[in-house]
Amino acid sequence: MVPLSYYLVLSGILFACGVTGFLIKRNIITIFMSIELMLNGVNLSFVAFAAQWHSLAGQVFVFFVMVVAAAEAAVGLAIIISVYRSRETLNVDQVNLLKL
Amino acid sequence: MINIHLILFLAFGAVAVAGAVNLLAQTHPINGALSLIAVMAALAGEYLLLGAEFVAAVQVIVYAGAIMVLFVFVIMLLNAGVEERTKGSRVAIIFGIPGMLLGSLLIAWAVLRYSGTESVAVGALPGAPATIGELLFHEFLLPFEITSILILIAIMGAVVLASKPHPIPQGKER
Repeated sequence: MVPLSYYLVLSGILFACGVTGFLIKRNIITIFMSIELMLNGVNLSFVAFAAQWHSLAGQVFVFFVMVVAAAEAAVGLAIIISVYRSRETLNVDQVNLLKL
Repeated sequence: MINIHLILFLAFGAVAVAGAVNLLAQTHPINGALSLIAVMAALAGEYLLLGAEFVAAVQVIVYAGAIMVLFVFVIMLLNAGVEERTKGSRVAIIFGIPGMLLGSLLIAWAVLRYSGTESVAVGALPGAPATIGELLFHEFLLPFEITSILILIAIMGAVVLASKPHPIPQGKER
């Protein structure tokens, strides 16, 4: 038996790692992976709460979060490819102009 | 009392946290992607401990399989190298790191102190795929259909964005 709070602390640690990566990383792909890490942390708390309250709705919501994450990954990576094609760089410090 | 559930939780949790920290420490994106796959596999183990078999399977198939393969594919396609480090602001380092530690300690203390000590029993809830499917096609039918439209739009958007831009032929415009 594992208390719910342990799962929440693990989920919080993963989310915090994602936020830190989002803020300190300079490679656009790594920043995108940090967002995925945050989504995973939130998913863990969803499943833990679903188990705590004996409600399967939490697991269905995890499914929806995964669908949205898949759509986001497809569109985001296409944007990254398009940015790389026009800028020839993946460093977000060098992508600072809206105009080409 | 130490039991097997707690040991498994700690083992999977240690792998997940180690992968997440490794994602922060690595400078090459491909190493980050591989450590993220380790995090997702460990989280699938946690889901199994919580009795969510369907979510664990989908986690491995969709996340660790499809999404991360997409990431690795793009990293290799763009030939992404080691990222260049830029110097962060000193004020952010001086105040940010102690502030972050203080905040996370406060949150962890509050969660551990004020949450009930009721435990999560393995297999306590029916997490069978059939039950989830019933829920998905009865109660959550509208969100399910909306996500299918979202996926369709995302596919079209990805194809449009990633395809090579066609130069507009001169003289053919109105």
